[in-house]
This record gives sequence, C-alpha cells and structure tokens, in this order.
Amino acid sequence: MTGKDITYAKITDDILLPVENKPNKAWWIGFTVAVLGALLWVVSVSYTFWTGIGAWGLNKTVGWAWDITDFVWWVGIGHAGTLISAVLLIFRQNWRNSINRSAEAMTIFAVICAATYVVAHMGRPWLAYWIFPLPNQFGSLWVNFNSPLVWDAFAISTYFTVSLVFWYCGLLPDIATIRDRATGLKQKIYSVLSFGWNGSVKTWQRFEIVSLILAGISTPLVLSVHTIVSMDFATSVIPGWHTTIFPPYFVAGAIFSGFAMVQTLLLILRKVMNFENYITMFHIESMNIIIMTTGSIVGVAYLTELFIAMYSRSEYEMYAFENRMLGPYAWAYWSMMTCNVISPQLFWFKKIRTSIPISWILSIVVNIGMWFERFVIIVTSLHRDYLPSSWAMFYPTWTDVGIFVGSIGLFFTLFLLFLRFLPGIAIAEVKLLLKSSSLQHKTKLAQEGAFPAEQVEYFQESLEKYDSVTEEEIKELSVRK
Amino acid sequence: MSNTKYILGSFADPDDMMHGIDKLQANNISIYDCFTPMPIHGIEAKLGVRPSRLPIAAFCFGALGTTLGFSLLYYTMVYDWPMNIGGKPSFAMPNFVPVTFEVTILLCALGMVATFFFRNHLFPGRTPRVMDLRATDDRFILAVDAKENTDHALIDSLLKEAGAVEVKYNDRKYVSYE
Repeated sequence: MTGKDITYAKITDDILLPVENKPNKAWWIGFTVAVLGALLWVVSVSYTFWTGIGAWGLNKTVGWAWDITDFVWWVGIGHAGTLISAVLLIFRQNWRNSINRSAEAMTIFAVICAATYVVAHMGRPWLAYWIFPLPNQFGSLWVNFNSPLVWDAFAISTYFTVSLVFWYCGLLPDIATIRDRATGLKQKIYSVLSFGWNGSVKTWQRFEIVSLILAGISTPLVLSVHTIVSMDFATSVIPGWHTTIFPPYFVAGAIFSGFAMVQTLLLILRKVMNFENYITMFHIESMNIIIMTTGSIVGVAYLTELFIAMYSRSEYEMYAFENRMLGPYAWAYWSMMTCNVISPQLFWFKKIRTSIPISWILSIVVNIGMWFERFVIIVTSLHRDYLPSSWAMFYPTWTDVGIFVGSIGLFFTLFLLFLRFLPGIAIAEVKLLLKSSSLQHKTKLAQEGAFPAEQVEYFQESLEKYDSVTEEEIKELSVRK
Repeated sequence: MSNTKYILGSFADPDDMMHGIDKLQANNISIYDCFTPMPIHGIEAKLGVRPSRLPIAAFCFGALGTTLGFSLLYYTMVYDWPMNIGGKPSFAMPNFVPVTFEVTILLCALGMVATFFFRNHLFPGRTPRVMDLRATDDRFILAVDAKENTDHALIDSLLKEAGAVEVKYNDRKYVSYE
C-alpha cells in the first residue's frame, strides 16, 4: 500500500467512494455496453432453448465445440479468484488483501457463466436436474457415478457454493461499514445484508477461523474442479484427449488464464476507481510473474504432449497431433502456441512486466490464447475421427458466437453491478496492512533508523517502478529523524 | 446515580486500545467487549477469550459429509441398482473418490459457516447490536459496563491516559437504527 497521510478513515472513504456516490460516466458507458452484450446472450440462449442445440454449428463428427470450449474457458478463469483468496491466505501473502475481493467476485461470475453452458448444452435444459441423484419415476434409476460428467456436476456446484459462501462471509464486515455510514432505505437494505455484524472480539475470532478453514478446504477443491473437468476428456478414448498429463496441465492452464483475467480487470479497476494506492505495481508485477511461470508450465505440457504422442508410436495418437500442427486447424494451434507459450515469456523483461499498457495487452492475448487452447483440444481431436468418410469441419453459427460474446457481456454486467453496490477491495483486510506493509509506515520506521542503510537503499530502488510513488517520497526514506 | 449503562473508550489506533485494556485490567476493571473495524491479533489472549471450537465443528461436518457421500454412492451403485459394465465390479472404489470428496468439502463449508452464524447470531435481517457507529469505520471501541464498575472518573482518566480520542457515556446499550 502506498500513499501519504493514510488513516483508517481514509481507507474507508477511498474504497467506498464508488459505492456511496453516483457512478461516473465511465461506469455508465461500460455498463451500457455490458448490458447490450448480456441481451445478446439472452437472445442467443433463448433461441437455443427454443430450437434445441441444432441452432449451433455442431455436426455428427464434431459433437462438442464452442459451447464446451467456452465452458472450460470460464471455469478456468474462475480459478484464479479462489487461488488468490485461498492459497495466498494459507501462505500468508498479505498482498492478496487488496485484490482478493474483486478476484473472488470474478470467480463467482465466471462460474455462473460457465454453468450456463453446461445447462445449455444438455439440449433439454428443463431436465437439467437429471444429472443429480434424485429419486425418480424410473424405479430410481440412479446417475452413473463412474462418469466424470457426473463428478463434474458435483464439483462445479460445490465449487460455486463454497466460493459464494467464502466471498459473502468476507463481505459481512464491509457491508456493516456501509450500513453504519448510510441513512434511510440504504441503511435498511445493507442492514439486512450485513446479517447484524458488529465486529466484537468473538465475531472477529470466529471470522478468522472460518476464513482460514474455508481457504484450507478451497485449495484442494479448486484443484479437484479442474482435474475433474480435464477428466471429462482424459477418461475418453479419443486420441488427443486420452492422456494422463491432463489434470496438472489443465490446472496450470486455469491458473494461467485466471490470473490473466484478474490482470485485465484490475488494471482498469485501479485506474477508473482511483485505487492506485491499494493495487500497486507490486501486485501487477507479482501477477505477471505468476502468469509467466504458469505459462511456462503450460508450454512444457504442450511439448510433453507432442513428445509422448511420438514416443507412444500409436498411429492414431501421432496423427491427432500431426493434424493439430499441420491440418486444417493449424492456424488455431499456432495462435494458441504464440499467445500462450511465447507471449508470457516477454515478462522475463522487467520493463515489460512493469509496464501497465503492455501488461494489459498481454493479459488479453493470454485469454485469447487460452480460449484457442480449449478449442484446439476439443475440435481438432474430434473433427477427424477413426473413419475418414465422416471427417468434417466445424463452422460456428451466429448463435454460437452470440452465446460466447454475450456471456462476456453477462460477466461484465455482474462485475460492474458488484463494483457499484459492494466494496471492490476488502476494507477490513486492507486496514490490517496500514501499520505493517504500507509505505507510510515503512517510511516512518526507516526515518527512525529501524533498518540498515543498504536495506533502505534496496527498498528505494524497488520503489522506482511504482507509478503511485513520487520521487520525493522515495527520497524521504533516507531522511533520518 | 446516573443512567449511564456503558462507558465507551473510542480509540483511533489499535495499539492505544490494547494499551487501554492493560490499564483497565491493572485496575481490576472488567471489560465488557471490544468492537473493531478489523481483526486485532492477540486481543483474545489479553481479554481471556477462549480459543474458538469451530475447527472441531468443521471437522465433524466434514466427516459427516464423507460418510453421507460414500453412503450415497454405495447405496446407489452397489446396493440399490448395481450395473454390469463389461463385467467390472460395481463396487469401484477409485471412482467413488471424487464425489465423496466434493460432498465432504460442501458439508464442511456449509456446516461450519452455519455454526458460525448460529453462535454469533448472524442472519439476514438481524438488528445489529452496535454500540458505536464508527466501530465499523475508523474507531476501536472498548466498552466497560458502567453498572458493574462504579468508579467512572477512574475509568475516564485511564482511558484518556491510554490515548482514547473520546470517552462516551451511553444511556442505552446499543445504537438505535430507527
């Protein structure tokens, strides 16, 4: 946390500014575009429900395409939120405190988007409950628990429920803050939402335990979710899908795309909402390093896949990968390789990973690349099956495109509403940083001579990349009092 | 005798409040509760608040989830309607792991949070028991029961000595939201 003269009151004021005031022009423009997108989604999904999935470009050979691609893409994006809030909490990385709230919100909205594809692709969405083991009129013919698709239903619904509970528990103290500053109807609404939070010793004590345990159980949960998603493919006998590398490869990909999406959102958020002092260059650089690392893991996984296909000497396996690289979908494969493997390597350069515009563009490039990854895995493995006479290409219809573009609109509609009505940064958790990791506090300690000179110098050097720290503030660090 | 029910020391800094707790305790003045905008580490030990037993509840709910999840699978797949899939055993343990795991996590999370809400009386629409409106913003409130501790002048001076920005004498226990 950077900035001067920060007090507990100023933190509350800064973060609640967008909640307690009328939204600005940027919010309205963004919201209008997002709602238009969401309307496109409503139209496309309604059309799909009305006509059936014949509305999509699927054919006998390619039975899964954009829909499942979009589903896996959204679920993957969701993973970063849980990772930031849970894994970084367990590792006591307190820089997460200023980004966890918006990242968790992103998780929830991304999983909502993902879940809509699952329901839509069932063909008869009004029978979606058949995926759950409910007593039924067929003499209780149960679901097949040997199927990863059934595991997925359990995994995604558990993941959504636990993420929602985690997010809302964290919100309680902050909703109470809004409540106690509001009047009239607004106070009544936030009072109901705050569950009567009062911040007593026992409440905080239990709150911290709940957060820690939820973090502890969310960590294996998030790993299990994408593992199970990958098993939807890996347990089949389709060349290109039938590989044991899928679970770790999918999880790394999910973290990779999720952090890219967090980066895309936060870079705009900090600018539009004036959160530069809370979401600093430290956050941006750390996330870029995570993107670079997970991008490299994904790259290794791609190469391993190729090697194993060659090493297996299985005709079908080798053909599947040859077809990916050189077949009619080679453009998709090489887009994926460029966006996911080469572009994150640029973050090795400090200039690039501390540049805000470049980070933003690269984060979008990564998201595009990760969409292509799922498209490549799904469509190129299916479109040329064992019988050459049934080989086919996949061409999306307007409904396919509408559902995908529309879901991005839906996501941003929800996200912008969240920023309008709830604090985008966890207020209580950021207050914890004021007297530990804020620049203000560190300056005070440095001036009192608490650190050796070379440490102060190192700290000053590391501050140079911050756009929210002025040169004066850096110089002040070496003034002894 | 005044109508004061609670004396509130309002601090701008958590360290000052901790200091205030020490001072009051040294003078044998019991503290009713503290209300803070953020968790204060180490305050439970100081006030003698016992460690939470929520982890035990969480474990029990998790264990219940494991049992229920596994029972569901065993009942449906092995007992009620076993399926012959290529002659493979219907009691396929490895396939039972994912769903059992998910049900465990789900019940553990929901059960623990429900216990937390129940024990702290948190539910939608509950009237907030707040003693000072700024306790959720920028003030750290130390509440002393004025009926139990009658030497109000001493409390006042101790709180101010510790660095309280404001000392309030409240006639009603909680802030009215009406």
